[in-house]
Amino acid sequence: MPEYAPLELPENPRLAGNITHFARALRRAGLPIGTGRVMDAITAVTKAGFTEKRDFYWTLHACFVSKPEHRAVFAQIFRLYWRDPRYLEHMMAAMLPAVRGVQEDRGAQAAEKRAAEALLDGAGDDIDLPDIEEGGTEIEIDASLTMSAEEQLKTLDFEQMSTEEMAQAKAMLARMALPVDPMPTRRTRVAGLGRIDPARTLRAAMRQGGEMRDLKWKTPRVCYPNLVALCDISGSMSQYSRVVLHFLHAVANAKGAGWAKVHAFTFGTRLTNITRHLAQRDVDAALQAAGAEAQDWEGGTRIGSCLETFNRDWSRRVLGQGAVVLLITDGLDRDDPDALAKQMERLHLSAQRLIWINPLLRWEDFAPRARGIAAMLPHVDSFRAGHSIASIEELAQVISLRDDVGDRDRLLRMITA
Amino acid sequence: MQVGRKEGNLMHTPTSIDAVQTMLADQGYVCDRALGTVVFLSLSLGRPLFLEGEAGVGKTEIAKALAAALGRRLIRLQCYEGLDASSAVYEWNFPAQMVAIRTAEASGGADRKALQTELFSDDYLIERPLLDAMRPDENGAPVLLIDELDRTDEPFEAFLLEALSDFQVTIPELGTIKAPEPPIVIVTSNRTREVHDALKRRCLYHWVDYPNFDREMEILQARAPEAAAELSREVVAFVQRLRTEDLFKKPGVAETIDWAKCLLALDVLALSPEVIADTLGAILKYQDDIQKLQGSEAKRLLDEAKASLEPA
Repeated sequence: MPEYAPLELPENPRLAGNITHFARALRRAGLPIGTGRVMDAITAVTKAGFTEKRDFYWTLHACFVSKPEHRAVFAQIFRLYWRDPRYLEHMMAAMLPAVRGVQEDRGAQAAEKRAAEALLDGAGDDIDLPDIEEGGTEIEIDASLTMSAEEQLKTLDFEQMSTEEMAQAKAMLARMALPVDPMPTRRTRVAGLGRIDPARTLRAAMRQGGEMRDLKWKTPRVCYPNLVALCDISGSMSQYSRVVLHFLHAVANAKGAGWAKVHAFTFGTRLTNITRHLAQRDVDAALQAAGAEAQDWEGGTRIGSCLETFNRDWSRRVLGQGAVVLLITDGLDRDDPDALAKQMERLHLSAQRLIWINPLLRWEDFAPRARGIAAMLPHVDSFRAGHSIASIEELAQVISLRDDVGDRDRLLRMITA
Repeated sequence: MQVGRKEGNLMHTPTSIDAVQTMLADQGYVCDRALGTVVFLSLSLGRPLFLEGEAGVGKTEIAKALAAALGRRLIRLQCYEGLDASSAVYEWNFPAQMVAIRTAEASGGADRKALQTELFSDDYLIERPLLDAMRPDENGAPVLLIDELDRTDEPFEAFLLEALSDFQVTIPELGTIKAPEPPIVIVTSNRTREVHDALKRRCLYHWVDYPNFDREMEILQARAPEAAAELSREVVAFVQRLRTEDLFKKPGVAETIDWAKCLLALDVLALSPEVIADTLGAILKYQDDIQKLQGSEAKRLLDEAKASLEPA
């Protein structure tokens, strides 16, 4: 390295220390940096030399950044830190909430309130939920249910439930699952019958001195698809959305129940990814965090533009590998129906299966008169109701059926008639 | 950590970031200082380089340019869903082994031990890219390109961890094969899914962005030198303008180069809305995006692009 004077670590302990402190600052801002990376960074800096701030920047960048969204955070902290470390400390307090979002102060408030209340500050809402603090209380209520009461509850519309019924319904939903059939992959596993596995057959033969006694078999391994839920949280849907999010939380946290990954998004006037929040074990904490992230509860709906955002920013990242999409919305949209139809078509083309869950379908004489509904209907694989526990149970039974169309065809005939 | 690693054939390895940039520029690959820095670090630390970015920004090209510049062999492992060890690392040549067994039987009472050794020797081993990259090479360690890692699944990523951190693969019948000199590894991803942190942690990371106007001009001049300067400027300005539009798939640098070559083949000297309408398929690959540029929209963008060129 002729141009750059290499910095030997023992001769310059301050630099190593500074890089370590810098890494700690980055870590506090949410970048996942382990000790190994810090050591790599120090080695890398000695290699790359120290003549130019620009090179120094990109050297540390290569070692500490591992996601595109971390680049901005890195740039900001780099700028502050390598100017005056003490200045950073003053700034960190002010800057961190913006960088870190809701991650930090979420835990403390988790159980204090029902998340649903926190998500909802609308007046005139009739589901002022009771403060059930302990999970035990809920279980007691469940135990006291007679079978017939539970049956009754199952067919009751979410919107007509009393506070107590709603609490029970949520407890029932939390136990429900959305079973899914696995898909075959190109990899194979050992099996009793299937295709011949030449490698194992030969190895077995070699153990017998080259005598091939029996054939070994293999069969394709299976894997489970991802589930992507797009949930409408606008004013007309709010009651259902909260219930559905409860259900999604149960599905996302049911270990070994099928789905490889559950991605959840909410949309009203803008699209919000709440996948991260659903991973919390406590459903109230999860929904509260999701509610804090989604700013557009009970607002209007702009389905077309939200789907456009999803198609552009997320579809390629979450719809690979045979994902099933649940679109939960009433389809009441005031935007241009042509644009909506176009986005629905794009979504339909990128997903393995697109299932529309519309609570309005509970009305006997529901007809797809709204322009938004008419625009979306031709582009879904299946159209189902989602207004009661019974209807969600029904969904669970058919979600794996490739040819299930629900009420789509019946409604499509009504449009064309 | 990495300091003790054997540096191997350093004859051609550049010794500074500037040298990396010059070396790549000689191969017609124009890279900015940031990319030059990570490439230099990857070479001098012996670390895999993890490149992420939109399709068509030159992630794969850099591996080709590096291999050509250093005079190393380029080994490419194209990832796809369901990629497994038998197509990525090695496979035994089963038919040949069968023939060998039968021959041994026919020639009468083969020694079992000898047969075992013979059947599981290098003669019957089909080497796939990863194993191939671990083998010594007279020109120095090869460049191993693991392309579009996001297309494969997580189990394969986990498998790569061993290969990439220790530069060794294990074959049960032969034992562990360790690379005498670590290959230069370049991993690319289009980010259709998030690659696991454990793998990223072992690599130097770089997000390859769309280049700015000047950089893209340099790239175009290097890759399509026969294009007239005026046409190149218009093409780059238009593509740069197009990237600020709300498109499903923004055109990459590869599309810019393709488009310039298309225009050359059509003997176009200057862009016009009609020419753009005829050749739009070279830069936009989605029907939705193409439809957006129908009618007067292309003309508006072209006018704006030309206006941005004026002061230059």
